[in-house]
Amino acid sequence: MLDIALTFSLATVVLALLLNVYRLAKGPDMPDRLLALDTMYVNAIALIVLMGLWLNTKTYFESALLIAMLGFISTVAVCKYLLRGDIIE
Amino acid sequence: MTHYVILEGVIAFLLVAGGAFVLIGSLGMAHLRDFYMRLHGPTKATTLGIGCMLMASMLYFWVVDGRPDAQEVLITLFLFITAPVSAHLMAKTGLHMQLRHVDKTQGRPSELREEEIGEKPVPHPDRGHG
Repeated sequence: MLDIALTFSLATVVLALLLNVYRLAKGPDMPDRLLALDTMYVNAIALIVLMGLWLNTKTYFESALLIAMLGFISTVAVCKYLLRGDIIE
Repeated sequence: MTHYVILEGVIAFLLVAGGAFVLIGSLGMAHLRDFYMRLHGPTKATTLGIGCMLMASMLYFWVVDGRPDAQEVLITLFLFITAPVSAHLMAKTGLHMQLRHVDKTQGRPSELREEEIGEKPVPHPDRGHG
């Protein structure tokens, strides 16, 4: 039962990543691309968690935490750049 | 023995729900027509989906190792705290750049009114004196 659920979950996350890539390539404006990139960070964390379940190891969860922090900080930095034209004033 | 079966069912349900929510969030972002609509999908559905997945992972490793671990709780807390902040910043950016919106989008903030958009852009509140 767990194998089927894990396979389904992996398939949906990969499909979600493909949809994000579509929005990243097409998005008419800069905030659309930024939103797609932020969602891709979250989906990458989901993929790492599912890989940890698949391989039965907890080694990669630190990298998931790191990706969460870097994703948030880079989103805030690009938002500040778009709002003010400068990151650190 | 039976409670392992129940726990396996709970973990499988959380995995399937997480995958479905993540897919719904990205589908909303790819499909909706307006930046202000598109902001809804990833910020709510995707956050809930990854929360479900991290809960499933935490339960699984609790059952396998026999003791709980704080790593997944840490990731979940961090994501649940930062998702609304980044969504708020992105909404502010969209309003600041005065992105186009379809007529069905409700709410008319002052940044998007017709008379403000045309000739004279809205002065930024922090740069109002210049």
